[in-house]
Amino acid sequence: MQKIMREQLIEKAASLLNNGTVTAVLGWGKGEFDYDVTPAVFKTEEELKAGFVWNDFCGANFSKYLVKKTDRLEGKLLVFLKPCDTYSFNQLLTEHRFDREKVYAIGVPCNGMADIAKIKAVSGEGISAVDTNGEKIAVTTIYDDAPVMIDPADVLAERCINCKSKKHVAYDELLGEEGDVIDSARFDEVARLEAMSADERFAFWQNELSRCIRCNACRDACPACTCEKCVFDNPASGVENKSPANSFEEQLFHVIRAYHVAGRCTDCGECSRVCPQNIPLHLLNRKFIKDINEFYGEYQAGETVGSRAPLVNYTTEDIEPGEVFDRRDK
Amino acid sequence: MRKCSLNAVNEVFAEIAKAAKLYLPVDQADGSAAFKEWENGVTWSSALNTVKSPKDLFFPQTEDLMAFKTEGKSIEVIDTRREVEDFVVFGVRACDVKSFEILDRVFIKEPVDSYYASKREKGVIVALACTKPSETCFCTAFGICAEEPCGDVSAWKTEDALYFRANTEKGEALMKRLEALTEECGEDAVNAQKEKTAQIMKKLPLAKLDTGAFGGGKTEQLFNAPEWDELSSACLGCGTCTFVCPTCQCYDIKDFNTGNGVIRYRCWDSCMYSEFTKMAHGNNRLTQKERFRQRFMHKLVYYPENNDGLFSCVGCGRCLAKCPISMNIVKVMKKLGGKDSE
Amino acid sequence: MQVKEFKPLIVAFCCNWCSYAGADLAGGNRLNYPAEVKIIRVPCSCRINPMFILRAFQRGADGVIICGCHPGDCHYTSGNYYTRRRMAALFSMLDFLGIEKERTRLEWVSAAEGAKFAATMNDFAEKIIELGENKRLEDLRCKK
Repeated sequence: MQKIMREQLIEKAASLLNNGTVTAVLGWGKGEFDYDVTPAVFKTEEELKAGFVWNDFCGANFSKYLVKKTDRLEGKLLVFLKPCDTYSFNQLLTEHRFDREKVYAIGVPCNGMADIAKIKAVSGEGISAVDTNGEKIAVTTIYDDAPVMIDPADVLAERCINCKSKKHVAYDELLGEEGDVIDSARFDEVARLEAMSADERFAFWQNELSRCIRCNACRDACPACTCEKCVFDNPASGVENKSPANSFEEQLFHVIRAYHVAGRCTDCGECSRVCPQNIPLHLLNRKFIKDINEFYGEYQAGETVGSRAPLVNYTTEDIEPGEVFDRRDK
Repeated sequence: MRKCSLNAVNEVFAEIAKAAKLYLPVDQADGSAAFKEWENGVTWSSALNTVKSPKDLFFPQTEDLMAFKTEGKSIEVIDTRREVEDFVVFGVRACDVKSFEILDRVFIKEPVDSYYASKREKGVIVALACTKPSETCFCTAFGICAEEPCGDVSAWKTEDALYFRANTEKGEALMKRLEALTEECGEDAVNAQKEKTAQIMKKLPLAKLDTGAFGGGKTEQLFNAPEWDELSSACLGCGTCTFVCPTCQCYDIKDFNTGNGVIRYRCWDSCMYSEFTKMAHGNNRLTQKERFRQRFMHKLVYYPENNDGLFSCVGCGRCLAKCPISMNIVKVMKKLGGKDSE
Repeated sequence: MQVKEFKPLIVAFCCNWCSYAGADLAGGNRLNYPAEVKIIRVPCSCRINPMFILRAFQRGADGVIICGCHPGDCHYTSGNYYTRRRMAALFSMLDFLGIEKERTRLEWVSAAEGAKFAATMNDFAEKIIELGENKRLEDLRCKK
């Protein structure tokens, strides 16, 4: 259940549309079912009333859409941002990827999003309705008249379990109350892997990465991946490859994908959310974040606009690569 | 019709595996299912469907076509094809069975694709009837009967038994090998299950999806429809829908330089990618809207136009479940088909 | 049966201004280091893209070593400082994926340190021989 109701968001958006502050609204559009929400642009109050959705399935991070959606836009675009989205918003501003003047950002508090796969694991297939407006999530299937009641905490999306911040770091207007940065346990899983032997880690990643189908969804959904032409799509790069031909190609793609956003990744978790094969890709990104925090001091990408990412920075006293392992092995 | 007890299912698998490689859906660590080779100790998954379709076993995501070796001024062309051995794919759903008919019309038509054809020739498909379809299923829209799948052998799983019916010569040969493990039986239990499933199919939210607005000859009507802008507006341009699709058949042929030779291989390609159909003069589809439109026009208009009205979608629902932004063929059909498709 | 002696293939990326000259000096002084070390000269150690390192492993390298100017001595003032951060992050990530951490190394070798160059290469080669062939980051297609 979300604190702010759908009607409040529609009212806000409609008033901004009607008084001319914005010309369009980027929001969540209704799907075929209650859970398949698609990012959509709304231009009138009627469109909003008919198709705007705000529920526990509005996981998509809109920040990246701003790059394209504001490109040739007349006037301003209203965008709704959850706390984690605002970090990507700032990071994109830092990289001058869109024009801040063209955006009217409204911060929306978020109680965490639900994972439909986890819901299905409880309710089974054949969902006809999901109601997330109550204390419990009510799931009705075509196989049973009585709804299955699920505690939202049990089906929270992986990234929301370890939510790093309920605080909006950028907005023009905030609905509801401001949250706080959370002392999360998001690095625990990385630490667990680090504690394994190299053989165990290798086996773990081989097992995970072998499922990759190289659909590029992790890259295409990533708000830090905004290159006009990705090196993996460029036939002249020598590494353009459309398939996970063997384990090396899988390793190459995933190491380089994570490396290219290291220091710029805000840990929004879109990569793992969109992976059709449920590969825990965010662990690769978090490994870089954890290392950067340990080697060069705490750094949260997107916390402020204009900060210099750690991998394009240095001090003369930095740790040597060899010392990294000496320090760990002690 | 023959049957065996569900308790004896591993013996059936063992018997099949004696003479041929056996692939069946297996649960993976992340909770999803995938077709894997059966060996002793492997458990057959009860999942409705796999993430990747069984198309992968006949038209692999990557497949070597040939290799070259150069020495001085001579070049040696190496045929890397191996004799395909018999194999059995067990537990293929009706939608996925139908997808092979669609792929066959592409690959087993002059010029025949020998890589695909040889696997089709050696592979035996044991289809499994559905009993608990998902809300994302819409195979009925394409005339597919989930409760009575085709395939070389049709199978039905009830609470305590597995029923088989051979449909083809290959299927009969397989059933002959299983003679000692199965017994002749009546069709009552299967008929009851079919009836029950048919009723469930009618209750599915997408049961009434109508294909009337699509098919051959609709290009002019649909190509410039204004709805494409809105439909494609959120598309990320990833290849998820195409790679989980059982009927997408586009591939790219590439050369891999091994340092001491060249391996020519093919791999699945996706019309959603910016490099798709890139030619010497450049690319003929420059925007995501054009790429997005291509995918759905191909499935709903171009393919049926060239294949006696057969749509190249089977309603398996994988793209509905997996698209990162939940845009899919059903939404496209409802939007473009107007009220008729509701 | 005769057991084939394992000769590791080592790729050394050397900065044009210091380490490459250091290698030259090692050669000029007739200092021994393994012939399996293949040197690739780069304008600065910070020219090295992580993809270079992974591709070297793909093409059959058993170890990759990067040699640059000592911190503070970069011909371009600060290139090697960036290298230091990038490689710390990359090597740590490869270790995270379960790749043996001894297969990658970063060393600072000046133009005057011919002896250090030879000693570093000898030591690195010894470590790689101990580890054996690179199996975890190999591409079997390249071994045919």
